[in-house]
This record gives sequence, C-alpha cells and structure tokens, in this order.
Amino acid sequence: MPLFASLYNFAFWLAQDRAAAEDLVQETYMKALNGFSSFQQGTNFRAWMYRILRNTFLTTQTGLKTFVSLDGDGEEPPEAGIEPETRVTPESLLLARTEQQAIQNALERLPVNYREIVLLCDLEEMSYREIAQTLDMPVGTVMSRLSRARRAMRALLTAKEEGAAQ
Amino acid sequence: MSCERWSEWLDLYVDESCTPEEIAGVEDHLRTCNACAAEALGRLQMKRATRAAAAARYAPTPDFKLSPEFFTQMGRSAPKQRLPFWRVRGVQGLAAGALAFVLILVVSVSAWTRQAAREQAVAELLDLHVATLASTNPVDVVSTDRHTVKPWFQGKLPFAFNLPDLQNSAFKLLGGKLMYFNHSPGAQLLFEIRKHQLSVFVLQSQRGEGASTMRQKGFSVETWSEAGLRYTVIGDTGPADVHDLAELLRAAGRQ
Repeated sequence: MPLFASLYNFAFWLAQDRAAAEDLVQETYMKALNGFSSFQQGTNFRAWMYRILRNTFLTTQTGLKTFVSLDGDGEEPPEAGIEPETRVTPESLLLARTEQQAIQNALERLPVNYREIVLLCDLEEMSYREIAQTLDMPVGTVMSRLSRARRAMRALLTAKEEGAAQ
Repeated sequence: MSCERWSEWLDLYVDESCTPEEIAGVEDHLRTCNACAAEALGRLQMKRATRAAAAARYAPTPDFKLSPEFFTQMGRSAPKQRLPFWRVRGVQGLAAGALAFVLILVVSVSAWTRQAAREQAVAELLDLHVATLASTNPVDVVSTDRHTVKPWFQGKLPFAFNLPDLQNSAFKLLGGKLMYFNHSPGAQLLFEIRKHQLSVFVLQSQRGEGASTMRQKGFSVETWSEAGLRYTVIGDTGPADVHDLAELLRAAGRQ
C-alpha cells in the first residue's frame, strides 16, 4: 500500500499514541478512496495524502486540543526565552555527541504545529511548496514557521544539554 | 548584506530551496565567512540528525492492516489467508525459485545496505573534517610531537593507537582532539602536507567493515580496519597523499 509505513510514522508523531495513529491511517485511506475523484491528476499525490491525514488529525480530540491555541504565526515560540547565552550552540554539541534520543525527546516536546512542519521538511524531505499544499498555507508562512520551529528545537536541545551539564 | 541577513538564507540553502543564482550567492558568502559556514554546517547536521532520529521511529505492528471494508470499496476483496502449502500445485518448484530469488535479494540488499552505511559514515566524518577546518580551535592538543599527542588521549579513549614517525616524510602532525561518532568516543588527528590539512579518524571497529578508497565531494577518503580499530583518512589532496598517510599509519599500527 503506497505510503503506508511513512503515513503511520507521521500519524504516530502527531498523535503520540499507537491506537490513535492506527485510526488516523485507517481513516486517511478510506477518505482518500472515497474522495479520489477530487484528486487532481498531475498534482502531488503524497502531499494530498498527508493533507488528508493532517486534516483528519485536526478533527480528533487530541488534534483540536493541540492546535486550538497554537496556530498564530506572529507569536514567538514558547521556548523563545531559553536561548543560551554561551557561544555553545546545539549544533556544535551535536557534532561532538549525536544523541538520537535527545532529538526524539525534543521533537516530542515541540508544539504539534512545529513538530509537523519539521517532520515534513526534514523527515519527508518535502519542498516548501509541497509543505504549503499539505498544510494549506502560503509558502512564506511555511518558511517563517519552519524557522521558528527549528529555533524552538535548538532551544529545547540546548536546555537539555545545559541541564545535563549542571 | 550582514551575517544576520545571510542567516535567513541558510535554512533555504540547507533545505535545497534556493535557485542556482541564490546558491552561488550563499556559497560565495560561506567561503569568506567562517561563522556562517559553521552555522550552515550545524544546520545541515541538525537536519540529518532529525531525519535519522525521526525516520521509522514508529513502525506499524504486523497485525495492523487496513480494514476489509477498504479493500471492498476498492473493488477487490481483502487479502485472503494463504492456502496450506501442500494444496498449492508445483510448490517445490515455486519454493526453489522463490528461495533463489530471496537469496539473491538478500545478498543484493545486504551488499547495498553495507555500501550505503559506509558512504553515510564517510559523509558524516567528512562533515566533521570540514567543521574542524572551519573552527578557530581545530584541535584540543596542539603539538607536532607524536609523543605529546598520543599520551593526551590516555584515559579519554577505551583503546590505544600508534602514531607514525614523520621525520622523513612530507607530513606534519598538527594535533588531535576527542570526537564522538555513533555514540562512541574516537580520536581525530590533524596532519598537514603542502598547506593541505588531512584528518585521521580512529574509532573502534565494527564487525564486517572492509577496506575501501573513495572520492566524495572532491575529498579523497581511505578507510580500513586493523587490530580492532577503524581508521579513516580524509583530505582534499589527491588520493596518493591520502594513501601515503594511510600507509604510514598502517606501518605504525603494526609496531
């Protein structure tokens, strides 16, 4: 089944729950099948499928809760106040010691609207245009939100490293 | 344009979302600005690390399958349970063919996976080499004397290695530092030849790693295992220089 494993992975990252991820994938394929006539041939099938999954997630209890107060693109990320003062950057720390677990934890702690955009860009390697189609937003918003999401992730990683050092 | 403004371009650059003209502009700046080059490299590392951490983090369980209703709507029935093998005609011929196919597939996939893993490892070491050259403090122990550099690693690494005597060679030792790769500590040594700097990475060897030479992004790389250690030499000089340094290290390792 096309995209089955990657859609499941993405669903689990969003919902953080196995049963919810399975329901999301199930529902996504059903909706895709029922609405296949609305898919425009020649457009991006992958972005279309991810968009269905993401919109389905938005309608769930968890999705509603997580997105309801996070969608403002003018606001600063919640982690903005914990940027490090030292010259040590998370990247340099990662160069010294790659901590896969730390990155997974940071991703899990990111607000969902930041987590999804980082995953679509870095994991699914979607172009900005594909992400814009998936998330139904202008390309400019994709760029600014991605930038803020990465800043928040760096802040989380730096906070963890500094916490571990103390 | 200030570095702050260039910083805004680095995400687009790392995400390969620039036009060729924009790429040229960013790369022109990165060649002249160590801080932005290090920042770009850091963001690239972060992107790769995120991909590695998030990929296949959650795999569907074997018993999770799309519902029969889905397949019914697709116009065909859900996959049925397989018949017992003794009820399938020509099962022996099919089994032999399938076995041969699977064997070929396993061998091919295994070879491909090993090659991909080796190239990925080299790519990451290459990034570390470039990051070291971009750094204002490339090494932690600065010395041309192997009897100073080698003891510096004592107590920092769970293994020991020999450094070659460079008295009669064109190479010069610049120093070394501790590095981590795949959660394991290792040594990174910096050498110089005709103003070109080469990195030598010494790590604990994993099983099944053979010797190889390759070119990646204009860099020459030679890598081999010996006595439980994995050596990788990386430099932007020709393959001959990299090989000469590798030979010196091999000879020192046998002492």
